Amino acid sequence: MRRILFALGLSLGLAQSLAAFEVESTQDFGPEAPPRVLSVLSTTDTAILAPVITAYLAQTPGLGLRYVMASSQEVHRAIADEGAAFDLVISSAMDLQMKLANDGFALSLPADLVADQPVWSRWRDLLVSVAQEPVVLILADGVLRAGEDVPRTRRDLIALLRDNPDRFRGRVGTYDPAVSGAGYLFAAQDARLSDTFWRLAEVMGRLDARLFCCSVDMIDEVRAGRLLVGYNVLGLYTQAQGAEGITVVELEDFTLTLLRTALIPRTAPEPEAATDFMRFLLSAEGQALIASGDGLAAVEEAAFERNPHLRPIRLDPGLLANLDAVSRNRFLTEWRAAMEQP
Amino acid sequence: MADGMAFSLRRRLVGQLLVLAAVLALVLSLAVRIGAERASEATLDAVLGAAAQGLAEEMRAEEGGVVIDMQPATFSMLAAMGEERIFYRVDVGEVTVTGYGDLPLPGMLPSALAPVFYTVPFRDAEIRVAAVARSLRVDGRASPVLVLLGQTREGQGAIASRLGLQAAGLGLAVFLAAIPLALLVARSLTRPIDRLAEAVGRRGPRDLRPVRHPAPRELVPFVTALNSFIGRLRGTLSQTETFIAEAAHHIRTPLAVMRNEAELALRQSTEESTRARLRGLIRSADDAARSAGQLLDHATVLYRADQADWAKLDLAAMTRAVATRLAPAAEMKDMDLALDIPAVLTCEGDAVLIEAALRNIIDNAIKYSPPDSVVEVSALATDRMAVVAVADRGRGLGQAEPARLLHRFRRGDNVGDVTGSGLGLTIVEQAAGAMGGTFRLRAREGGGTCAEFCLPLV
Repeated sequence: MRRILFALGLSLGLAQSLAAFEVESTQDFGPEAPPRVLSVLSTTDTAILAPVITAYLAQTPGLGLRYVMASSQEVHRAIADEGAAFDLVISSAMDLQMKLANDGFALSLPADLVADQPVWSRWRDLLVSVAQEPVVLILADGVLRAGEDVPRTRRDLIALLRDNPDRFRGRVGTYDPAVSGAGYLFAAQDARLSDTFWRLAEVMGRLDARLFCCSVDMIDEVRAGRLLVGYNVLGLYTQAQGAEGITVVELEDFTLTLLRTALIPRTAPEPEAATDFMRFLLSAEGQALIASGDGLAAVEEAAFERNPHLRPIRLDPGLLANLDAVSRNRFLTEWRAAMEQP
Repeated sequence: MADGMAFSLRRRLVGQLLVLAAVLALVLSLAVRIGAERASEATLDAVLGAAAQGLAEEMRAEEGGVVIDMQPATFSMLAAMGEERIFYRVDVGEVTVTGYGDLPLPGMLPSALAPVFYTVPFRDAEIRVAAVARSLRVDGRASPVLVLLGQTREGQGAIASRLGLQAAGLGLAVFLAAIPLALLVARSLTRPIDRLAEAVGRRGPRDLRPVRHPAPRELVPFVTALNSFIGRLRGTLSQTETFIAEAAHHIRTPLAVMRNEAELALRQSTEESTRARLRGLIRSADDAARSAGQLLDHATVLYRADQADWAKLDLAAMTRAVATRLAPAAEMKDMDLALDIPAVLTCEGDAVLIEAALRNIIDNAIKYSPPDSVVEVSALATDRMAVVAVADRGRGLGQAEPARLLHRFRRGDNVGDVTGSGLGLTIVEQAAGAMGGTFRLRAREGGGTCAEFCLPLV
């Protein structure tokens, strides 16, 4: 839809000379040489947040915004290890964001801003959700034969895969939890919520499932027809890249809902401006822009009432257990054992 | 009493009650706050300790190292309402295998059975840590394992301070409620004092009876002291009066003897100059005897007024008797006593008092009247009073206010050569007052004075 209006330049890897963490892209919004610049570090694709950024800058003259995009691990490293000077950190890695907040890297937000947010979408006055998105199953068009229904639950999916090993061998994809933080988070949450996860892992292992680092890659492969099933794909990207050629399924036994969270780091040079921007992101106008943009959903309690299968991933220190190296190793060992069978 | 000493018992009582209430309110709010803190800390410690023990118990050694099972649910639970930060550290054989390696260790090593709790500052926050120790067989060797699990207690602090505030509010409410209560209590406590003061204040000037007003136990010593004071005062007064009466009596008798001797001498003497001296002597003896009599009368009146021992008696008969007894004195001045008295006039009173009063009135009338005049003594009953009126044609009241003449030792400004003690009318007035009657002096039309002695009729 709306493309970048005030894009002044796309400078790849510009910040790398200064910081050790790995930046994917940097983009400046707003007027040339503005008196004040708000710097945002985010895991979200620049294009997705561009509409809301331009709308915000249009009503705050004299403010520029530098949007730096990096992977979730790099975002965490930038703040926790390097103390990089960013005003706002937006990330989909809820566990890493939680660790930043828990370990004292986040500034307290104003009470009125926090009070308006539902309890499930924030943690204390440190971390608030700016968007939510379901973690879905995607199927390539034409994967289903006549008489086959779209799987509605994990049980259905397991049955479908198990009954048609020839069709699906080597053509099922999911996150590699050993590589992807998000993939690990989803797998751990799946395992926490239901035992079917381990059965599914076994079935996928038997079908020589392909493992991916990112949702985008999985979607591309499905669209290209090289992959028939993508399990645990971020809903955002399915919409961002157009739904042609794929079927998006929200499994009805439960569908995890990821919260994109934002915090203001202690090292923020412009905390007031960051708070103001966050206020805009959380306002009705900001949320409407996020929802109308490329695929992000507004933070909305009613969504869970309308769709009882949606389960927001609990935003609390329970997420820290996911990050524990020893626990993680144990989980991955179990997972590998399930996936790699003789 | 000096101003600085005039403090108010009631105000002091209210002040002390209020101070007490304030102290109680403060203690209440502190006690609730501390109690809430202790209770919530004990509860949270129990949960934290159980979680740490659970974590330690589930650790096991497997090939390739130690297995630790961090349950997200445990962390979520410890985050208590999602408000607390969580830190943990697991050491195996003094090497941190997972968690926050910089989390401070406990001062003393915990045992395997009971966790050790301690509070340390960590990452800009105060955290409460539970430490649990156990040992684990790793690669065939027993290795000590230390599990530290910490959480911030901001939610607890918030709850405790909210409870403390509520308790403080309650304390304040108690304090405010105590204000009217304290006022009420103070008033009800001091009311008996007011009543007693009123009862004592209502008494007549000569009422020296002991105070019999009901008094609270705490005031009994005061009432007893007051009564003993009144008793001493009465004793002193009656001693004085007895002394005066005795003295008057002792003076009267030798005076009478002296007068008789002088009269005898007057009869036997022929020398004119001696006779004149003797006549002067007799007159002086008479005056002295009269004064002594009046002093005696005065003392008697005071004494009998206190007794208040009234009886029914006939005022008419008594007036006649007194007039008859004073008739010789009138005759000596060639004066007439004109009596206009009914047969019977019954009233209530003390015979001695009435007699003293009547004697003084009529004697006064005779004393201050010129020779050859008439003193009219009349008695009558008005609607409620019996009145004895004594009217003379004497020198009148002069410039003096009639009421002033009734004061003790006060005499008119026109008494001139007539000797007198100034006690006569005081005696009359006191006698009348004691019996519930009145005594009035007024100027008479055509010169002279009219004295009216009134007693209530039966």
